[in-house]
Amino acid sequence: MAKVIIALGNDISTDDIYPGRFMATVLPSETPQFAFSDRTDFNARLRAREFPAGSIIVGGENFGCGSSREQACSTLKGYDLTIVARSISRIFLQNSINLGLKVVLCPTMEASEGDELEITETSVMNKTSGKAFAQVKMPASRKGIMDAGGLIPYTRTLLKARR
Amino acid sequence: MAMTVAEKILARAAGLPSVAAGDVVEPKVDLAMSHENAALVINQFQEVFEGTGLEPTIWDPSRVAIIFDHRVPAESPKTATNQKKVREFAAANGIAKFHDIRGDTGGICHQILPEFGYVRPGYVVVGTDSHTTSHGALGAFSFGIGATEMASVWSLGFAVNIEVPETIKVVVSGEFPPFVGAKDLILNVIGTLTAQGANYKVLEFHGETIRRMSTSGRIAICNMSVEAGATSGIVPGDEETVRYLREESGVTDPIPCVRPDADAQYIRTVAVDVSSLVPQIACPHTVDNVKPISAVQGTRVQQIVIGSCTNGRLDDLAMAAGILRGKKVAQGTRMLVFPASGRIFAQALEQGYVQDLMRAGAVVMNAGCGPCLGVHEGALGDNETALSTTNRNFKGRMGNPKSEVYLCSPAVAAASAITGVITDPRIR
Repeated sequence: MAKVIIALGNDISTDDIYPGRFMATVLPSETPQFAFSDRTDFNARLRAREFPAGSIIVGGENFGCGSSREQACSTLKGYDLTIVARSISRIFLQNSINLGLKVVLCPTMEASEGDELEITETSVMNKTSGKAFAQVKMPASRKGIMDAGGLIPYTRTLLKARR
Repeated sequence: MAMTVAEKILARAAGLPSVAAGDVVEPKVDLAMSHENAALVINQFQEVFEGTGLEPTIWDPSRVAIIFDHRVPAESPKTATNQKKVREFAAANGIAKFHDIRGDTGGICHQILPEFGYVRPGYVVVGTDSHTTSHGALGAFSFGIGATEMASVWSLGFAVNIEVPETIKVVVSGEFPPFVGAKDLILNVIGTLTAQGANYKVLEFHGETIRRMSTSGRIAICNMSVEAGATSGIVPGDEETVRYLREESGVTDPIPCVRPDADAQYIRTVAVDVSSLVPQIACPHTVDNVKPISAVQGTRVQQIVIGSCTNGRLDDLAMAAGILRGKKVAQGTRMLVFPASGRIFAQALEQGYVQDLMRAGAVVMNAGCGPCLGVHEGALGDNETALSTTNRNFKGRMGNPKSEVYLCSPAVAAASAITGVITDPRIR
């Protein structure tokens, strides 16, 4: 079980998650400090590590829309957050899988800040509201990369096999 | 089996007789493009090879392009150091399609690729930039990826686990009214589809209006297809594609075009008649918040921006110069113009467009991404409003979350520069 630390609306862009002005910072070890920089209170609480690993950000439709900047994923991965959203923009979803940021697609998801969620293989149970929400099954193509621990180890295996 | 353009390109690139939407393929990549974020790609690329006993080797350096555009010239020591690292990597790895900060061969990646003939119809193009959809304008299947995925492509030469997307057919008919064009069309389509209406899908553009449209206009509509969530926007290659590549890019080898089969499967068809289209404005803070200009006319703007990979080409500058010639930018409004490439800048000088714009009071900046993404220059003050021909208006996009960005065509931007308020270019 884990807590929803922030519940967001639709069309949360990569500019929301990781503003463009910090894009010169690229290394995954350095990006977490800028997560949600323009939401100063939330950013401060993240940096103070007020939230345990596995804490949840709930998003609406089209989470992570916009830029292909991978910092938007590495910045959240730095806090071991889990994203539960109604839908996720294509590049953000692929980047998350590639970097091993945990994302859960739940088209009817309803949750508020402070709710406790239990994520199983197939559903998300909101323990606070008592409602269960079905997950979209991750296609096998993406699951392969997730199971390998991300795209770098996945590519490394292919590379060794093919060279 | 009947196939769309994307399906045909992916089948060829994956070495398969045919593919259908939903299939998972590993297409060979014809061109792999990065900009400054190559600094992160390099980091991830080296990590791929760690512990393998293999030397980090790019599968085919002739198929890799790196173009500096997001922060040119560098705005900080950090950016300059990243650019230095990428520059050294490009030299050490024999990357000939490297475009440094230069007034002749430099510019925005999505302009440099077509301009130098790096993209051809039928290519699979990947780029570490979401607006890589632009290159569908030349009949390629072109999509944005992250830096780690690019590191994988550099290592392997193909993209892993690509799901063949479904295709939406957009059929455009009619003749544009004066001062209405490609930008208004794509804003209108995004407004109709919504910001995620084409998520994981391809937009394939057809119809007499597209056939008559210049490559510049086609780049604008494919560029912004991603704002409806599309994986790729594609205008199937035709006579105009061949003309552009021959005349503008100097391509001399054969240019075969990929056309969809007549009975290809589309999940949806969207028809647009542009003959009654009015100037379209994307209002803060989402690109699909599109309204006819009458809804926001008169809104005061402190900054006008003309440029970017969407609208920084010669016809865009010609439109702006034509409207501003002999006029003045309003007091209290500043106008920033940044051409999409050094070549376009030079052409605009030869044609006198730069002089027209400067005499009117515009600041003409070097070719590059400029203020579009708020990382470099042209930031907005608190509670200021920009009217821009760029492609995104997300909160904070131009560097300040306490500001607003409206998106429009070059004609609307230029007409509004004179008045200092959002102005319809048709009724000046």
